[in-house]
Amino acid sequence: MHSSLWLTVLVWLPVLGAALALLARRRPGAPFAVAVTTAAVELAVSLIVAVLYNDHLAGAHSFDFVGRWVLAAPFGLAYDVGVDGISLLLVVLTALVLLLALLGARERRAEASFVSWMLLLTTFTMGSFVARDLLEFFIFFELTLVPSYFLVAHWGKAERARAALKFFVYTFAGSAFLFTGLLYLGFLHQHEVGGALTFSDSALAATAMSHATAVWLFVAFAIAFGVKSPIWPLHTWSPLAYAEAPTAGSMELSALLAKLGSYGLLRFAVGLLPLALPTVRPYVLTLAVIGILYGSALAAATPDLKRLIAYSSLAQMGFVTLGIMTGSTIATTGAVLLMFNHGVITAGLFLLVGFLERRRGTATIADLRGMQGPAPVLAGLFTVVMLASIGLPGLSGFISEFLVLLGAFTTHAWWAVVATLGVVLAAVYLLWAYQRVFHGQARDVDQVPDATHPERWVLAPIVVLVVVLGIFPKPVLDRITPAAHQIVATSTATGVTK
Amino acid sequence: MTLSIPSIHYLAILPVLILFGGAVVLLGVTALVRGALRTSIATGITLLAAVAAFVSAFFQWADLDAHGPSTTIAHAIVLDGFSVVASAVVAVSLAMATLVAHDWFHREGVRGAEYHILALATAAGAVLMTQANDFIVIFLGLETLSIGLYVLVAFDRRRATSSEAALKYFLLGGFASALFIYGAALIYGATGSTNLTTVSYFLGANVVLRPGLLYAGGALVLVGFAFKVAAVPFHQWSPDVYEGAPTPVTGYMAAIVKVGAFAALVRVLVSALGSQLTTWRPLLWGLVALTTLVGAALAIVQRNAKRMLAYSSINHAGFILLGVWAASARGSAAALFYLATYAPVVVATFAVVTIVGGPGDERHTIDSYRGLARRQPWLGAALGVLLLSQLGAPLTSGFFAKYAVLAAAVDGGGGPLALVALLGAAIAAFFYLRWTIVLYADSPEGATSVPVPRATAIAIGAGVALTLVFGVWPGPLAALAQHATVLFTS
Repeated sequence: MHSSLWLTVLVWLPVLGAALALLARRRPGAPFAVAVTTAAVELAVSLIVAVLYNDHLAGAHSFDFVGRWVLAAPFGLAYDVGVDGISLLLVVLTALVLLLALLGARERRAEASFVSWMLLLTTFTMGSFVARDLLEFFIFFELTLVPSYFLVAHWGKAERARAALKFFVYTFAGSAFLFTGLLYLGFLHQHEVGGALTFSDSALAATAMSHATAVWLFVAFAIAFGVKSPIWPLHTWSPLAYAEAPTAGSMELSALLAKLGSYGLLRFAVGLLPLALPTVRPYVLTLAVIGILYGSALAAATPDLKRLIAYSSLAQMGFVTLGIMTGSTIATTGAVLLMFNHGVITAGLFLLVGFLERRRGTATIADLRGMQGPAPVLAGLFTVVMLASIGLPGLSGFISEFLVLLGAFTTHAWWAVVATLGVVLAAVYLLWAYQRVFHGQARDVDQVPDATHPERWVLAPIVVLVVVLGIFPKPVLDRITPAAHQIVATSTATGVTK
Repeated sequence: MTLSIPSIHYLAILPVLILFGGAVVLLGVTALVRGALRTSIATGITLLAAVAAFVSAFFQWADLDAHGPSTTIAHAIVLDGFSVVASAVVAVSLAMATLVAHDWFHREGVRGAEYHILALATAAGAVLMTQANDFIVIFLGLETLSIGLYVLVAFDRRRATSSEAALKYFLLGGFASALFIYGAALIYGATGSTNLTTVSYFLGANVVLRPGLLYAGGALVLVGFAFKVAAVPFHQWSPDVYEGAPTPVTGYMAAIVKVGAFAALVRVLVSALGSQLTTWRPLLWGLVALTTLVGAALAIVQRNAKRMLAYSSINHAGFILLGVWAASARGSAAALFYLATYAPVVVATFAVVTIVGGPGDERHTIDSYRGLARRQPWLGAALGVLLLSQLGAPLTSGFFAKYAVLAAAVDGGGGPLALVALLGAAIAAFFYLRWTIVLYADSPEGATSVPVPRATAIAIGAGVALTLVFGVWPGPLAALAQHATVLFTS
């Protein structure tokens, strides 16, 4: 057992960084330096936490770094943190994406506010991933909206205002269901057990409820998480938001905030409402599979590279949902690994698109054409990340998709069969897009510089992760499996029926 | 025959006495000085009265701790935690609004103490409503509150819209008062008393075989209140009045009418008519659903900041009604918490609107705010925080206010209603955010900074500070609200 202080530092350090960045806003370059330093320290701390994390603690004690303080008893509000193998991975991802986004997608306009919003967003995302209390999670989950809204609304492209508003209102409306649901669950628990109102994850897990209640609560939770994740058909905000956001915003949205949805689905919907699973499982699985096929089809058809990644994310997150909902430990483990891998890969793709945009001022596929000649290194980097996204064996995307499909085949073969089509489709739309962007005759003069050294260095960790996790995922899988097993074991047990 | 004077517990009515006393003193001073009274003196006396009323709440609380809740003046006035907290909120709103009005007077070149006298009197009326334990006293407070406000709304004599708004408010408000008092008369007919406690005992101990009279009375009283708090479908007056009234008055009105009317409504519905729960709850269900949804939906199409805030205030009224609907100690505490956090926020929001409105109080289109946060970062950020608080974003008191009423509603079996209200909040998010987009948009050519006078800045700062403090640390206020209503519904 380690001290929860580590996590508290992880959560609140970026706030300190944001404050310092704002104080230093008059000196050019200073906010950026402060932000990058904060992000580097954040990443270092998250790696220390990942190394210290004791993966031998199995069963109910798989959480480490735990601490709980009640803040406002009448509201059942508590600050309750801890990580298990699942959240641990996402904590590292959060810190990593922040650093990469700051370094690779620097925004020079109103830089102090930009880095402050980025750092605040990290605090809220980090807070959601380490929260072990449903209300606390919800508060952080809601709070992520504010910085991401401002990031899209200020630093985005032409249609940024509409995109930011649509994103906010969709997610906020989705949260309404979660909010009502969690209140209901909290009171259900209080009326059963008595005592003070609490939303502690472990306390709520023991709530006895009727089957119908569980199903309704699951639906409410799934709507909120489905908007965020996104799950078809609740995804309609995402292509616009991903395309209009600045590169760093797209990275945060797709690599981290989308994971909040699937993480919530796994931890709170599947974890707390096992009774509902037999009923809702076929429906959610079907939606996930539709999302895979629909996302892949639209990714092939869209003329914009950023929208392509948005639709491909819809498909990839479909795999995650599939893995989470099948109820097999293997598939759940794969889904969690896929969350991480997709986060890394999609961050890399958005970075690369950002680099292309810097050169050509557009992300429209037809206008990019012929980048291979003038920019071979850029093309090479794109190839590696893209192949990982396709799921080429030996690269990270393969292992996770393979585990998801493997687990799904053992429990829900038909859905898995259809989902496998998505793997093929991913190869189609990505390779086709690659062809159109990098091959062919360049549109105008070939004064396009190749990847600069900073750009190469930013992508280096992504390439390393993609390769290393493709070959040697064991240390990561060892940490995920007990936690995934824990959730699956409770969810396949009959649950507490009333 | 001897006339027996009921005993009077002066501490219980101390805030009312202080506020009325302040009005009387000001009235006397204006009569004695030659020419118009200097605004700073009027402001000073009003602030003094507001602070004294606030401080007296502490003495009342100490008395409560020692002796428990009590009634006085023939059980017509009650001293309990609920009334103490609500009167403190009225005092805070009065103080903040007075600061805003002070600068408005200077800017508009208006002199005299009429505004302050009326503001003190209306505050006394609002406090009286929070303490009323009798339909007659509620009516007394309601009329004191309303009549003062009719005049205050018409206060800007240079603008025709001000007088127009006052007339509209007066006609509809008078109508609402009439409905209320007629309803109270019918309840008296059905139960034999106007005293809320007696009504409650009567209905608890007897079965009303022919409840038509009681139901009609209750419905009329409810409609009267719905008019006052601008619940849909009784809200039509509110956007026009909010728009027409001088902006500092709008903010003041939005705060204290809600505090007074909701405090009285809680007492009438939850306390006096608590046994008739099954009858009035469905009505209130409809009111809540309509008020949260329609208020939010109609706000979206507005281009005028004051009208938008009027609809936003309707939306908030729906949420407070949700706390009343819960009809529990938790629900009443939640409504109280909501009022205590909403009042400073709305006064501060209208304070920003006042200074952006500029001389003549006329620049209220949403375009006047374009780029405000770029020109004046602090002012823009303050308005941003206030809007996020009204939206219900976490880390502001608005979140916990919504949380409290929704929790109470869900606890009381109102899950679907809570969901409807939350969807209303999601619609409302749309226009709060659109406003913040405008705030942070690029500043248009030739746009100039608006002066931020000191007193108004203090009021805005207080509103922002309160919403952030209670947003991060709601425990004490929540505990206070809960404590204040523990004995209330028993």
